[in-house]
Amino acid sequence: MNAQPRKKALEISNLNQVFNVGKPAEVRAVNDLSFYIYEGETFGLVGESGSGKSTTGKLIAKLQDATSGEIHFSGKEIGHLKKREDIRAFRKSMQMVFQDPYASLNPRKTVMEIIGGGLEVHGLVKKQKEKQAQVYELLNLVGLSPEYATRYPREFSGGQCQRVGIARALAVDPSFIIADEAISALDVSIQAQIVNLLKKLKEERNFTCLFIAHDLSMVKYISDRIGVMNGGRLLEVAPSNDLYNFPLHPYTESLLSAVPMPDPEIERERKRISYDENFHHYEDDTGVGLYEIAPEHFVYCKKEEVPFLKKKYEKLTLKALAV
Amino acid sequence: MRKKILEVKNLEISFQTYAGEVHAVRGVNFDLYEGETLAIVGESGSGKSVSTQAVMGLLGKKNTHIKGGEILYQGQDLLKLNEDDMQKVRGKEIATIFQDPMTSLNPTMTVGRQIAESIIQHQVVSWGEALEQAEEMLGMVGVKNTKSRMNHYPHQFSGGMRQRVMIAIALACKPKILIADEPTTALDVTIQAQILELMNELKTKINTSIIFITHDLGVVANMADRVAVMYAGKLVEWGTVDELFYNPQHPYTWGLLASMPTLENLEHGLYTIPGSPPNLLHPPVGDAFAPRNAYALEIDFKKEPEVFPVSKTHFAATWLLHAEAPKVTPPAEIQRRREMFDKKLMRREQV
Repeated sequence: MNAQPRKKALEISNLNQVFNVGKPAEVRAVNDLSFYIYEGETFGLVGESGSGKSTTGKLIAKLQDATSGEIHFSGKEIGHLKKREDIRAFRKSMQMVFQDPYASLNPRKTVMEIIGGGLEVHGLVKKQKEKQAQVYELLNLVGLSPEYATRYPREFSGGQCQRVGIARALAVDPSFIIADEAISALDVSIQAQIVNLLKKLKEERNFTCLFIAHDLSMVKYISDRIGVMNGGRLLEVAPSNDLYNFPLHPYTESLLSAVPMPDPEIERERKRISYDENFHHYEDDTGVGLYEIAPEHFVYCKKEEVPFLKKKYEKLTLKALAV
Repeated sequence: MRKKILEVKNLEISFQTYAGEVHAVRGVNFDLYEGETLAIVGESGSGKSVSTQAVMGLLGKKNTHIKGGEILYQGQDLLKLNEDDMQKVRGKEIATIFQDPMTSLNPTMTVGRQIAESIIQHQVVSWGEALEQAEEMLGMVGVKNTKSRMNHYPHQFSGGMRQRVMIAIALACKPKILIADEPTTALDVTIQAQILELMNELKTKINTSIIFITHDLGVVANMADRVAVMYAGKLVEWGTVDELFYNPQHPYTWGLLASMPTLENLEHGLYTIPGSPPNLLHPPVGDAFAPRNAYALEIDFKKEPEVFPVSKTHFAATWLLHAEAPKVTPPAEIQRRREMFDKKLMRREQV
């Protein structure tokens, strides 16, 4: 590992998003969220539906404005971006790949128009010919034949549509990509294709990636670090191997124990751990927050619980060494 | 030997579309034994849902053409039954749960009445008795406060709870066969685990056989006694869950297993199956999987593979099992699984 402190591509502090403020149906979708993403890494965000992971993604992409809190992206607070050209520059560097490959592509546009649109808006190409050449290159990059440029989204399968979606995101050469459940709607064999494609592209293009998903096994495969969300809160953040091998928060344990593995022997012995949400709803929340238990391994807990969790981590690592 | 409760023989189904005839199911054979769970695995468009919808008699009459085959339920061919007789089987003998619990419940009817409806349909009981039975069912699937919950509408339930209601409706008449078509795909992992546990528990309680359709191999490993793998309208491999997971023979099964991330296969990267499934408007000549198959032999492009037996319970349709076929080395993940299988056999022999 290099000794230099790694540069942060994105830093979020005390982010809140509240819907229906003051009404009986008030929802705290994102609740005092703070985390950061290093430059060039893939950060996985997992959680059940309603945990606020997609809202977080939308806030980062500035598709929604946060109720309060700050999001720093390459040194700038994105809530303060007001000027047209500033927002445009921000949009160029931050792109999104969506969940539903069919719904997120305009059915009345050809692939050329879909992928080339961003290039034109940001003035990256001057002539039609240039645009064409770039779109062909992008199609090649995501493993599609350039002939497909004249086709419409309906002519593609789900996996191919998702490739078009990725090509569209990459067109403006962004430094940050948010993939919001980008593989959940796809078949297993196609999921592996898309995940491998994203991994390959990340190495070639060197962008930072926020990968939002509920499928924990794929998230582990693609991410460097993972954050576990529940009820708008981040309960545990750790490097992916650490999180899978030494989960500390009971919610993470329960989530991991619920994932079925493609292995009958393991399945026969699997015990599901159930989790009571009241566990992390502290009545008195002084001194409650994310504490670093091991290097880069943060857990949401009370300050008094830290020594206990440190001991738990030690026990788990020792156990792993013994095997 | 256990009793066969359902036999599907040479089932062939095609759909008439504007583009032409789509050959969705191209000669499928499978048996279901009493009290077992059979998982049918395959990608979207492989024909797994269509085959089971044919068993339920749910395919539209207008553009569906059942070209051949038999579906024998306790010796009786379901394809030959008229609509009235089929209605007696459907729901009472064979019931089904669908993928999306949101759209398969009636939003304008209370949950209690929806469960009672299926009891009224098949048993000679009064509404009062039916509602009583319905409430009991609702308790059985793990819904609490059944008395007030009976009068709630589907939108007042969460996704997982709705799926429990679906299961209650399906099991209300204690059917012999339960067809579960991707029942947990739309649910979160923790809720999925609860629903699977519930299904396993009820299976033994009511003694139902389950046909479980899914593309999630993790769920298959958890639920199934036997597994059938489907590709492009055909079964390509079937066997017990151990045989399929630890000693797979068909390259498509290899691909499926190797493209699942497990704890062990992280080091050598995810294997992917290139390309996408064939268009069944024009079914390919030879093995439908050949164009995507890195292990394809020359004959695969010309002649459809026969079904080769691997063991008494394990069959696979691939030329690789032919006596004259060259020996190939499967992906690393499959070799790892085979080693586990060999170890297991050795352990069994020692005992």
